[in-house]
Amino acid sequence: MADLMNQNRRDARPAEHTRPGRFEPGAVLGVVAREWILYTQSWRSTTFAAVVEPTLYLLCFGFGMGALVGTLAGYSYIDFLGTGIVAVSVMFQSMMPAVINTFIKRRFLHTYEGILAAPVDVREVVTGEALWLALRSGVYGCVPLLVAIAFGLRPGPGALLVPFIAFLAGFAFALFGIWISAVISSVRSMDYVFSGLFTPLFLVAGTFFPVTELPSWVQLLASANPLYHAVELVRGAVFGGIGAGRVLAHVGVLLAFTALMWFLASHRMRRRVVS
Amino acid sequence: MTASKPGLRPPAAESGGDPVAPALLLRGVVKRFGPFTAVDGLDLEVPRGIVLGLLGPNGAGKSTTMRMLTAQSVADEGEISILGHRIPEESKWARARMGVVPQHDNLDEELTVEQNLRMFTFLYRVPRRLRGEAIARALRLAQLEGRGDSLVEDLSGGMRRRLLIVRALMHRPELVLMDEPTVGLDPQVRQDLWGVIDALRQEGATVLMSTHYIEEAERLSDEVALMAAGKVVERGTPADLVAKYAGRNVEEYTPGDGGADALEQLVRNHGLPTRRTGTTVSVLRAEEIPESLRSRLPVPQRRDSTLEDVFVTLTGESFD
Repeated sequence: MADLMNQNRRDARPAEHTRPGRFEPGAVLGVVAREWILYTQSWRSTTFAAVVEPTLYLLCFGFGMGALVGTLAGYSYIDFLGTGIVAVSVMFQSMMPAVINTFIKRRFLHTYEGILAAPVDVREVVTGEALWLALRSGVYGCVPLLVAIAFGLRPGPGALLVPFIAFLAGFAFALFGIWISAVISSVRSMDYVFSGLFTPLFLVAGTFFPVTELPSWVQLLASANPLYHAVELVRGAVFGGIGAGRVLAHVGVLLAFTALMWFLASHRMRRRVVS
Repeated sequence: MTASKPGLRPPAAESGGDPVAPALLLRGVVKRFGPFTAVDGLDLEVPRGIVLGLLGPNGAGKSTTMRMLTAQSVADEGEISILGHRIPEESKWARARMGVVPQHDNLDEELTVEQNLRMFTFLYRVPRRLRGEAIARALRLAQLEGRGDSLVEDLSGGMRRRLLIVRALMHRPELVLMDEPTVGLDPQVRQDLWGVIDALRQEGATVLMSTHYIEEAERLSDEVALMAAGKVVERGTPADLVAKYAGRNVEEYTPGDGGADALEQLVRNHGLPTRRTGTTVSVLRAEEIPESLRSRLPVPQRRDSTLEDVFVTLTGESFD
């Protein structure tokens, strides 16, 4: 121990303190870097889930339903479904871990106690967690599109925008999930979330069939569903034929949803971690 | 004081707090949880460069105090400042200059020792060129050199605690808060950890350490603040407190057949403090027992006075 103390005396010199700002990209990147390090340990299982699940959807629904349906809203069913599954995959890739992982980190692993002991505030934690999930979604969200291309989908040049759409939608859904994780008080409450929220979101979004086939009041609800706007953007990007006004409307809804969720998630999470 | 959102207001002094302010200053701090008052008018000042042990039994308000210092709990009343930064308004600035060792082990088990440390170099914004050096220093302090690639889940309890401590030191903090750093560890591992805290002291860091282990507070602290029912009841060096309240020695008497009450009363009539543990009466400041009294007492067990004697005398409470 004496050696250790001598070593420490040699080490002793002033620290290089970085003065924090009100909202720092550095703090957000710190949270993202933490997630990246964790991801380096778990990328195989994460990638497996991200690839296999949408592929199975495409295979089963695309060929099963596709043989019965033929064309839908002017698209072959595999084209219609392939683009819809991109947005659904983004939602599952971002919102599910945002609900489950964030809840576990807060309630059981005490992860946020450790992070918030560093010069990081709740808004930066929320932003960093959502940013990481959005980045992941931006990459994995393209997988169903690639699978659909392998099965015959012929995309236009606008398909290059899909990762960016997936990122934006992933950011919004991750914030939505973080807010929910801060609202629920037990693991059991997740049943309500998955059955009562996820399922309607993903069924009433124009993924498997056009929302125009639904009753008008459901169509109205669909227009408030951020997933519907993500689906429309992806489909419009891949096949074109969508006007600038509609693009702006869809992007505007997603941005407004993102801003609202960021505020709600930050506020609710602060109430959870600061007593 | 109205509860404010932590970390949202800019620091009072853009130069980084008041350079001559004490490391910690708490004035009239109150924290309530519904009808329960966890911290009840706490006053505490910690000058720079000392190790202060915050000693008290479970429920004394130590952990709530620690949480308020990191702005994870906001005081209902009173003022808190850390290194000249007001809390919770300037908490983020304060946290950039302090390290916090939590009571709960929240290491990432699936990652290696080195990866756990690296994550906190990002969170503490250690410049890229200094990250490797910071990790090497932490491994050295924790005596985990050569274990950087080990998974945390493969470490012993003592190793994990040492890692938890040095994880808070990646940015060379001026102040270190430790919330029950050795709770739940066996005595051998606890003593092993004391070496890390000693090393911190050697570096000149200010340390506030909450504990309910008497011998830990005595062994490590320059000063001890005794806490009970949410406030500090006495403060001083362990030696001074023991000398003031318990003297050099304690004599323990175990009279039979309900004689404890009478014996305790007899001793108290001579102005000497006592404490009771079941049927055993401990007489503090035993070196002051007059011969006239001693001749009327049974044969005692004699031992050195401890901080626990002081604490029980002052509060009537005992440790678990």
